[in-house]
Amino acid sequence: MGRTLAEKVWGDHVVRRAEGEPDLLFIDLHLLHEVTSPQAFDGLRKAGRRVRRTDLTLATEDHNTPTLDIDKPIADPVSRVQLETLRKNCADFGVRLHSLGDDDQGVVHVVGPQLGLTQPGTTVVCGDSHTSTHGAFGALAFGIGTSQVEHVLATQTLPLAPFRTMAVTVNGELPADVTAKDLILSIIAKIGTGGGQGYVIEYRGEAIEKLSMEARMTICNMSIEAGARAGMIAPDATTYAYLEGREHAPRGADWDAAVAYWDTLRTDEDAAFDHEVVIQADTLAPFVTWGTNPGQGAPLSARIPNPAEFADESARLAAEKALEYMGLTAGQPLREVAVDTVFVGSCTNGRIEDLRSAAELLAGRHVAEGLRMLVVPGSVRVALQAVAEGLDTVFTEAGAEWRHAGCSMCLGMNPDQLSPGERAASTSNRNFEGRQGKGGRTHLVSPQVAAATAVLGRLASPADLPPARSTSPSSRTTAGV
Amino acid sequence: MEAFTTHTGRIAPLRRGNVDTDQIIPAHWLKKVTRDGFEDGLFEAWRREPDFVLNQPQHQGASVLVAGPDFGTGSSREHAVWALQNYGFRAVISSRFADIFRGNSLKNGLLTVVLEQSRVEALWDLADGDPQAQVTVDLVRQRVLAPGLEADFELDGNSRHRLLEGLDDIGITLGNEQAIEEYEARRSTFKPRTQLV
Ligand code: SF4
Repeated sequence: MGRTLAEKVWGDHVVRRAEGEPDLLFIDLHLLHEVTSPQAFDGLRKAGRRVRRTDLTLATEDHNTPTLDIDKPIADPVSRVQLETLRKNCADFGVRLHSLGDDDQGVVHVVGPQLGLTQPGTTVVCGDSHTSTHGAFGALAFGIGTSQVEHVLATQTLPLAPFRTMAVTVNGELPADVTAKDLILSIIAKIGTGGGQGYVIEYRGEAIEKLSMEARMTICNMSIEAGARAGMIAPDATTYAYLEGREHAPRGADWDAAVAYWDTLRTDEDAAFDHEVVIQADTLAPFVTWGTNPGQGAPLSARIPNPAEFADESARLAAEKALEYMGLTAGQPLREVAVDTVFVGSCTNGRIEDLRSAAELLAGRHVAEGLRMLVVPGSVRVALQAVAEGLDTVFTEAGAEWRHAGCSMCLGMNPDQLSPGERAASTSNRNFEGRQGKGGRTHLVSPQVAAATAVLGRLASPADLPPARSTSPSSRTTAGV
Repeated sequence: MEAFTTHTGRIAPLRRGNVDTDQIIPAHWLKKVTRDGFEDGLFEAWRREPDFVLNQPQHQGASVLVAGPDFGTGSSREHAVWALQNYGFRAVISSRFADIFRGNSLKNGLLTVVLEQSRVEALWDLADGDPQAQVTVDLVRQRVLAPGLEADFELDGNSRHRLLEGLDDIGITLGNEQAIEEYEARRSTFKPRTQLV
């Protein structure tokens, strides 16, 4: 019988297989950041072990880094110690590190792909659950805990329990105003936050094939929000075009050999998935969350659901708690929910295409009175590209704050946080209680919905916006009509 | 890792589902560079609510947390496991755990036990009716025992063996160093490298 994409990549990485034991898998790329690595390096030191393959390891600073005044010492002493600890560990063990201030610094899941390190058919791990992002290239990529980080550092392998396979097939074409973020939020609402548990999801079908690499990363990024181990998309011409010429992409004869191998990374016609979900792309619409887990979402045109109408008791209780925390009332139209903060960024939606689509809507418009909008590029390279295209000016002229690269308000480990009761439309991936700051309330949205929301001060889609002032570069600085 | 064979203690009934890792240990606690000292961060936001289960005097000292479905969803932070252990929990019972959390727990000697939701609810009712009631989580017999309840649970043989013996995963893997070297020797040359060595 044929094999699925995930099974092929897994099979190609088995170092050792023994009856009654998990397979020992080789890891092609190990990404590190400051939060989940200190205790792992500590473990190595205590046991007198080295990093086995520094040439397959890369570290970046992202979770704690400030997005303002990056040339000054970091104000929070605890954050500073954590970054200094990473710097010392990388120096001691010979690991390549991209520190704050470096052109290749940024959110770990933005940096790996942009360097061309994330490649089809590789195994990628990181002490971070959104490692699933890298699956967009047809890599088997998943988040691991600190004990496993230590294990990979010491052995470049991981013993892993087998997974089940799920196909999420998205047929047809996405409507023009529906983005990858709307699609993945719709998928999670459909299968639930635990629905992917134990599975590696393969996203396939016409709508997926048409997506850009960056949009595919948005999809795979949030696989973990459906509880899945990983998400994958088969590599194709779009993948190769994205990779070719990148710093760490293969060249010359190596490129040809790589492509020949990558071409084999498709699920066989006769392969069977353990579970299949089919979605009709043309039925989808801009989608936002109303609750405190990413599965609690609805089309923007809907009303806040009434928990009493939930058949399942635990779903009803969860919805009641969520509405209470979110300060929302059943029956309220989502479009009437006013927000005070908009965050565009994160490893879900902090890449150049995301910034472009938000800027396009903000050009010639202004964010609503009293609303705070933060635009945080996913990496320094993304920031440099945005500046080269003049997007930073579009953002600042629209009244948004243009910040330095990092995780920022996605999880609020740095000073970018919501205050208690503040409500955000956020392009990040988690709307958990307090995720973006104690007592903060989060609605997950696409960059387009984020931009429209910023302008109108309430949850909105681009279609709700009044026409913009003329936005030709010459008129941008002059008063609009 | 500390071995786990069997543990008997009182129940903390956490009647909530979808307890995510941001609730178990909020992000600002993750700045610590050690594995200990996380106990005060455990469920930090909820601990400000007077009626939260860990604030109720009758549940002080409980060492078996019994929670609703989808416990440990969200991030890969192992700090969530350390926080539960630092606080004094030895085992967590739920009808469903998030994968990464479960893997992390078993690597640290925090036993995560999957029981049907009806059994979870029976344990909640038991703890509410008699906070002193003891539950035994027996990994040797793979059984949970409490007044009026006896339930078998499953755990893959390998994880069970490692937990029972308190084995160090890295040590075991390094025992297979030759297999790793052989694999490295046959890896494709076009695979990416982060630096030249
Ligand atoms: S941007 Fe957010 S989700 Fe992505 S790695 Fe940073 S904190 Fe995690």
